[in-house]
Amino acid sequence: MAGADGDDSLYPIAVLIDELRNEDVQLRLNSIKKLSTIALALGVERTRTELLPFLTDTIYDEDEVLLALAEQLGNFTMLVGGPEYVHCLLPPLESLATVEETVVRDKAVESLRKISQEHSPVDLEVHFEPLVKRLASGDWFTSRTSACGLFSVCYPRVSSTVKAEIRQHFRTLCSDDTPMVRRAAASKLGEFAKVLELEYVKTDIIPLFTALASDEQDSVRLLAVEACVSIATLLPQEDLETLVMPTLRQAAEDKSWRVRYMVADKFSELQKAVGPEITKNDLVPAFQNLLKDCEAEVRAAAANKVKEFCENLPEDNREQIIMSHILPCVKELVSDTNQHVKSALASVIMGLSTILGKDNTIEHLLPLFLTQLKDECPEVRLNIISNLDCVNEVIGIRQLSQSLLPAIVELAEDAKWRVRLAIIEYMPLLAGQLGVEFFDEKLNTLCMAWLIDHVYAIREAATSNLTKLVEKFGAEWAQNTIVPKVLGMANDPNYLHRMTTLFCINALSEACGQEITTKQMLPVVLKMSNDQVANVRFNVAKSLQKIGPVLDSNALQTEVKPVLEKLASDSDMDVKYFAQEAISDLVWLAAPKEMKVRMLACFDLRGACRAEQDQTPDTCPHPDCCWHVERCRTRAGLSLPWSFELPQSSTPAL
Amino acid sequence: MFVTDVRTQIQHRNLEEDAPVAELHDLFCKKLQQCCVLFDFLDCVADLKGKEIKRAALNELVESVATSRGVLIEPLYPEAIKMISVNIFRTLPPSENPEFDPEEDEPTLEASWPHLQLVYEFFLRFLESPDFQPSMAKRYIDQKFVLQLLELFDSEDPREREYLKTILHRVYGKLLGLRAYIRKQINNIFLRFIYETEHFNGVAELLEILGSIINGFALPLKAEHKQFLVRVLIPLHTAKSLSIFHAQLAYCVVQFMEKDATVTEYIIRGLLKYWPKTCTQKEVMFLGEIEEILDVIEPSQFIRIQEPLFKQIAACISSPHFQVAERALYFWNNEYILSLIEENCQVILPLVFTTLYRVSKEHWNQTIVSLIYNVLKTFMEMNSKLFDDLTASYKVEKQKEMKRERERADLWRGLDEYQERRMQMLTEAARNQRNLQERGERGDTLSPSSLQTAQSDQHEPKPSGAPTGAGESAT
Repeated sequence: MAGADGDDSLYPIAVLIDELRNEDVQLRLNSIKKLSTIALALGVERTRTELLPFLTDTIYDEDEVLLALAEQLGNFTMLVGGPEYVHCLLPPLESLATVEETVVRDKAVESLRKISQEHSPVDLEVHFEPLVKRLASGDWFTSRTSACGLFSVCYPRVSSTVKAEIRQHFRTLCSDDTPMVRRAAASKLGEFAKVLELEYVKTDIIPLFTALASDEQDSVRLLAVEACVSIATLLPQEDLETLVMPTLRQAAEDKSWRVRYMVADKFSELQKAVGPEITKNDLVPAFQNLLKDCEAEVRAAAANKVKEFCENLPEDNREQIIMSHILPCVKELVSDTNQHVKSALASVIMGLSTILGKDNTIEHLLPLFLTQLKDECPEVRLNIISNLDCVNEVIGIRQLSQSLLPAIVELAEDAKWRVRLAIIEYMPLLAGQLGVEFFDEKLNTLCMAWLIDHVYAIREAATSNLTKLVEKFGAEWAQNTIVPKVLGMANDPNYLHRMTTLFCINALSEACGQEITTKQMLPVVLKMSNDQVANVRFNVAKSLQKIGPVLDSNALQTEVKPVLEKLASDSDMDVKYFAQEAISDLVWLAAPKEMKVRMLACFDLRGACRAEQDQTPDTCPHPDCCWHVERCRTRAGLSLPWSFELPQSSTPAL
Repeated sequence: MFVTDVRTQIQHRNLEEDAPVAELHDLFCKKLQQCCVLFDFLDCVADLKGKEIKRAALNELVESVATSRGVLIEPLYPEAIKMISVNIFRTLPPSENPEFDPEEDEPTLEASWPHLQLVYEFFLRFLESPDFQPSMAKRYIDQKFVLQLLELFDSEDPREREYLKTILHRVYGKLLGLRAYIRKQINNIFLRFIYETEHFNGVAELLEILGSIINGFALPLKAEHKQFLVRVLIPLHTAKSLSIFHAQLAYCVVQFMEKDATVTEYIIRGLLKYWPKTCTQKEVMFLGEIEEILDVIEPSQFIRIQEPLFKQIAACISSPHFQVAERALYFWNNEYILSLIEENCQVILPLVFTTLYRVSKEHWNQTIVSLIYNVLKTFMEMNSKLFDDLTASYKVEKQKEMKRERERADLWRGLDEYQERRMQMLTEAARNQRNLQERGERGDTLSPSSLQTAQSDQHEPKPSGAPTGAGESAT
């Protein structure tokens, strides 16, 4: 494919390189982001011989540009001529893998990992592996850090001699002088262990793991905990006790809370990796200690894992372990001094009921739920309420309803609007579980009170909450309980409340159906068109637009039309605008199909009016389209009386 | 923090000044051991008596080490260092406020400060005592000790960091064998701060110590020190929380320049590389630092960096944020900088002229506009000939610029079109290849038409041509 190469005369490399050197960073960045276009124009040959050397040698640039470059080069294999030439990409990526900025380096490593897969096994040994070695023995810590991420991608595909070298390099980096490199090595330890043969996992990885887990810096030790999960998964059960557990036990009691936090955070993974026996003997006491840790951060992380930990306990004596070992700690956490701990617990504690069954839940867990429902911190209460469904399945919600109500009421009136918002979101769920009677009796008032909250977000959420409730309880219920109250607010002295009526009508009309909308809601909306506040008036127009599809054609013609016409000549600009919008929309709605086709003809493909520039109806090229004519008229400032009648014989019945 | 039962050991005994020396040493040693008992300060009413006794004991130790001579004998060193280690070395608690902003929020103060302060005070007096023997101390104040000491600089309590600063400075001054190690570990802390966590409370304090260390560097500067400047100090400017330690950082940078003028170019180019893109507050700080640097720059060094520097200054002048523009324009009020500009007017004026001319007409802020008029006036007086030339060619230059802009756009349009066609062609070629292979597998001979297709790829259409070609040639 000789033709694959570009044309010299058109794109001399100098011009393209000038683009990559542009003084303006933004332009330079744009050029780098389109590096593939440049490479394509140059062709594979010149990309290899001219562009890549330029990139390798002369790019000293802002990190943002380097980042874009590192990313581009990961997708460059085809542009340099396919897998057999992919090693040409190594030099620029190698220098990018040594820069200071972590983001750039990480991206370069990511690209190197990607193109490593495109190397043939031979190329991997001839080109890629030497690069890894060079990085691993670089002077400055950055290159050694980058090397850590590359061992695992080349290890599986090289000869055993090279494998031995790679292991040696990894060992060296694990005991590097700078903590940055040790951290990088520790974070890749698990990944590297996965590609090693089992014997080397035991002879190489375990000593490294043990050493990193007792590093002088806690930032290194905590990364060893992460590796612990992968390593434990790889080893046969009988080796775990001697090879992994001493280190893990030590980590669970580390003097640094960061390490203990990591253990708590990874507890479920660890539990799965070490299996049921060790869990029973070792992890249960360790977990108890973490739940009682002196640092709140650690307790909170452990509390988060309570449910998962219990779920994964071996079934034969799960209940016994929970009841005698875990539950006592959980009980203490319920009255912890730190609210994050309590709230972490509250988010999972309800899940225990399915594990423990009805009787235990009633006897042991219920008192805890009730205590947390009365907690001083709203987040704790919310977390309990948001997980009610778990308990509902086991013991039914009635057991809780006595305590639930005060908790809900208090949250509903919380001073922080975000708390109020959160509880509103659980209302439909609660309503479903508590049933319509309980709801009418206790919660309905709350739902109506939110409608006149002083925060808009709450009023808005309350509106959509009503819709969901109507969907749940049906139109008849709506007609009896909600609609009268909503409509009553139309006479409220506060215009914000009057508008809420309109918003509710918008949301409810569909769920309530034509009958209620036409008979009860429409009259109220129409009456509000005389409101003295313009905002209310244009919202009337919007509401009519919104509920129009639900109304019957007679009501549209005889009631809606005159009101919209009146609003379309309102003194307020916005009212006028929204009234016209509504009219256009409703005319469109009522138009028969062939009329719609003609209307559409006025618009080009992008939806812009073709007659946009026409200032008078006379010059409009589509005189038969009433909608269009009218728009042109309004644009021209001619306030002709609006007509719903279409000028065709096939006038649709509105 | 834990409370051991040994607290009952805490007894009330005085270190009497006139006690016999041997007894004094013995007593001193006992007090040190007593003070190894830790108390729970989170519970503020727990064991008040024990706390009071320890406080008194620490006070006595401080008093004794500060005033009496001949107290510090060799056997006391390990005891003293042990007492200090037990008390001050601890894993710092998690910040109570995860989004702690040192500029806005009140720091969480160390609860055990009543004791901790006295321990630090004792440590300081110990190091400063005329009896202090570095040769004995170095056995106990070792690398591990220093590493733990450095980690404490992350303390949120400013009082603790203040003590640590003075103490580390004394350690650096007295224990020569630890100097290189301390510098290396500070390096590591900074690098972790810059590239990994962006969080470390004691950056300002460490920089303050470094300021005085740099001051004492021997000339010529070692490669290690230059590397520290280029790879650690300059990148520190990228930190989000720069404002907290900028004064100390700028001081260090200027110290380096005053030591060795040849590092000027590294510094300025480094600052230009990390110039803030969006944070105007930081931009003002950078401009402040540049002015500090220019204040002491050697004219020969100025010439080396004037071009990139004044391009950046011109960019700052056209900043819509008036504080940035103002800060940059203030350079012209600095007599030394003004003299440098005047000497190099031929180079600098063309770099900034277009910006000054444009911004003087466009800027929303009247103060900026009048400052620019002053600057333009200064330039006019400096070199009226050049000024007139530039004014005359302003329009032409602008048109040239627009022309270049159009050419760029054309180039890229061409490239994009070319790419599109190439992509189509490649897809076609791949399809043909597949067809050929399939036919080959079926044992067909190559038909002339398929050869035709393969050849026609070579006569690819010119990128400037109409967007036909690839699709057609392949069919």
